Amino acid sequence: MRFIADPNPSRYKTAWVSLSAILLAAVLTGFVFAAYGSNPLEVYRTMITGTIFDSRGLADVARRTIPLLLIGVGLTLAFRAQFFNIGAEGQILLGAVFAAIVPLFFPLGVFSIPIMLIMGALGGGLWALLAAWLRQRFSVNEILSTLMLNYGALYLVIYLINGPWKGKNVRGFIYTDEFPPFAEMPLIGGTLVHYPTLILGIIAALGLQWLLVKSTLGFELRVVGENAGAARYVGISSGKIVTIMALITGGLAGLAGAAEVSAIHHRLLEPSQISLGYGFTAIIVAWLARGNPALVLVTAPFMGITLAGGDLLKIVLNMPFRIVDVFSGVMLLCLIASEIFIKNRIKWGR
Amino acid sequence: MSNFLELRNITKRFPGVVANDAVSLEVKAGEVLALLGENGAGKSTLISILYGLYRPEEGQILLEGKPVQIASPRHALQLGIGLVPQHPLLVSRHTVAENLALGSSGLFPAGRIAPKIEQLAAQYGLTVDPKAKISQLSPGEKQRVEILRSLLGGARVLILDEPTSVLTPQEAESLFAVMRNLREAGKSLIFISHKLEEVLSITDRIVVLRRGKVVGGLATKDATKQKLAELMVGRNVDFSRKRQPVQIGAPILEVSNLSAKNSRGLEALKNVSFTLAQGQVLGVAGVAGNGQSELIEVLAGLHPPSSGQVKFEGTDLEPNPAKRFEAGIAHIPEDRIHMGTVPTMTVAENLSLRQYSQAPLSNNGIRDLIALETNAKEKILEYTIATPSSQTPSRLLSGGNIQKVILARELGANAKLILAVHPTYGLDIGATDQVHSVLLERTKSGAAVLLVSEDLEELLSLSDQIAILYHGQLKGPFPVTEITREQIGLYMTGGAV
Ligand SMILES: Nc1ncnc2c1ncn2[C@@H]1O[C@H](COP(=O)(O)OP(=O)(O)OP(=O)(O)O)[C@@H](O)[C@H]1O
Ligand SMILES: [Mg+2]
Repeated sequence: MRFIADPNPSRYKTAWVSLSAILLAAVLTGFVFAAYGSNPLEVYRTMITGTIFDSRGLADVARRTIPLLLIGVGLTLAFRAQFFNIGAEGQILLGAVFAAIVPLFFPLGVFSIPIMLIMGALGGGLWALLAAWLRQRFSVNEILSTLMLNYGALYLVIYLINGPWKGKNVRGFIYTDEFPPFAEMPLIGGTLVHYPTLILGIIAALGLQWLLVKSTLGFELRVVGENAGAARYVGISSGKIVTIMALITGGLAGLAGAAEVSAIHHRLLEPSQISLGYGFTAIIVAWLARGNPALVLVTAPFMGITLAGGDLLKIVLNMPFRIVDVFSGVMLLCLIASEIFIKNRIKWGR
Repeated sequence: MSNFLELRNITKRFPGVVANDAVSLEVKAGEVLALLGENGAGKSTLISILYGLYRPEEGQILLEGKPVQIASPRHALQLGIGLVPQHPLLVSRHTVAENLALGSSGLFPAGRIAPKIEQLAAQYGLTVDPKAKISQLSPGEKQRVEILRSLLGGARVLILDEPTSVLTPQEAESLFAVMRNLREAGKSLIFISHKLEEVLSITDRIVVLRRGKVVGGLATKDATKQKLAELMVGRNVDFSRKRQPVQIGAPILEVSNLSAKNSRGLEALKNVSFTLAQGQVLGVAGVAGNGQSELIEVLAGLHPPSSGQVKFEGTDLEPNPAKRFEAGIAHIPEDRIHMGTVPTMTVAENLSLRQYSQAPLSNNGIRDLIALETNAKEKILEYTIATPSSQTPSRLLSGGNIQKVILARELGANAKLILAVHPTYGLDIGATDQVHSVLLERTKSGAAVLLVSEDLEELLSLSDQIAILYHGQLKGPFPVTEITREQIGLYMTGGAV
């Protein structure tokens, strides 16, 4: 067997190799399930019937799809410009913190929700901007800095809910007071699906796809991402592009964080409850979308199903809390490994 | 002499082109064979087949009379076929010895390979320090490492794809010395070059390809430049001095006491002053690395000067490449792949790289994809760019055609000052001729050209004035009629004062 370089893989091939990688991940994770004494087929049946063939399950998928959609769209675009933001997790938290300022300190009545979303976007955007600035000013790799900033955000939230922002009426619990009702985002009845954010996510996916293909900014970010030397040569400022990418990708993550606290939790609370790992799962969402923000409309629900299905395993099959992370992790590994099959053709024999 | 290697009716197709069309040729032991042909004639493709990178659709390869199927570069080397690629594929962070140890089939450590390197180096004159880091080597030294890699692997035929295009004349001379030594030792060499003088001086036999077909083969002793050019292009080519007297107009570029540091903070330009007038061509000669890149980058707005003045049409310009292009400064950069184009983008997009944000290519920040296509079609026709379509990624084009994409984009109607760095490097004689005509055409309509080249022929045949850069200092400019080749050579090496 040998590999022959295939510099221009077709979309069809990319799609089926990616699907095979996901399938392989499912098989490999199946062994883990078997090691827990569960029949893998049974596990997957539970995951699928409990999510897409069940109205409550479907609502749960939608709930998880919302933040994945927002964050995944931003990451997809930023990856195109070679800005590797893997700190969405921290940007979600900053978004939640900035949004919480409104109901906790400046109750604004009916305007609260839009202002909270704007504040959230600002918080997440500024947090990512810090990484962009470190890269421009000191050439610090943003993969490292955004990862470090995750910890910063984590400790900031823990400090706030333990200290200055700790609720007055919450006794021993560590979180803030509950937001007033006007700061609660509307939900689809009986579910946790905050449809205003969902609509924003769909608009973001289509809008950024348009931006990429049709706008001069989209062209500039592609030039910066695909050949930084050429960008310098024609005078496209990569500093400007990186700044905009940080604001968009961090802003969307912050928006997602703001929506989570406004719609679901109604207070600022433990970091692990605000995010549920959306920031990391969104990296898989963006990877699968392969640089096309609109494709996130497909890949985000897919990972939404995985996350919601993982929850079912905890409840129905009594599996450990983070079992679904195993699946996500194996999937990411398989996808990265599958890259060699996309960029090469296989020939059998010598 | 026996045939070491023989190709029979090799055919290789790519979507839209037959890159090799029933090519037959043989390589004898102990000879240097030249492979000539225009850009896109199929030379690199043929080499890639020999090196196991592509499989031919039809035809046979015989090695010492026996048919072989070459499966991969490693297999090629096992069979005794080595390639020195045009752009070295070495790991820059590692040392020479480490790189060579990586390449060899057995797993022998860098330490044990050093004596072997030294022995080969002494035998063929391939001087290189095994402990040096690749990143510190000059292009010529990197090439020697690539040759060593092939020899260590047991190569008996060595393929060199345009090896001299990245070398200074001195480095090229020492490469030729190595090639002669290898031939003495009974190795065969396949040599690809667009420079006919080199081909005539170093090779024994010449095979010419045109549009994928072999159109002629002859012994080098029977060949002349004229004859080869005609075989390659299929028509008569004029090698005479091309410059015709033109109307010299008002000064367009005035440079006074310009100094600049290079990226490592060292003084790379020292007090450079000159004036360039409309219609004039100023040729800048010099060995690479004597300040040419810095001079061009400062003028193009890519690099800040440390002191001195640059006036364009009597005014100071902002150090911004986009603004300078708009003002009329075109820049044909030295590096087409890392600077001049975005290889993953389509030909149409590359043609729009300068004006993508202006009407008609876009309005209010929204790109007009129909105008993009129209613009591309026009330029592809005007500059006869050979590409399957305007939507082909530019990286799939042959070197010459990538250069045409850059020329078509840069030399729009408003180019008043053209900064051209090695504008014909890697181009065939037809394309070179075309580039020269385009540049000279522009001077007739009042554009000035600053031409940086290591090719003295080119400088002498195009320039009105010649200046020489040596250690950041500019000698001249001298009128081309008042300076001899020998004087230029002396200035280039710091011999004259
Ligand atoms: N991978 C590829 N896919 C499609 N077309 C290709 C590919 N490689 C080469 N070609 C086409 O095949 C033809 C021959 O190209 P090749 O690179 O062999 O030319 P060449 O003689 O080496 O030219 P140059 O002197 O410019 O290097 C060209 O028309 C080129 O566009
Ligand atoms: Mg070639």
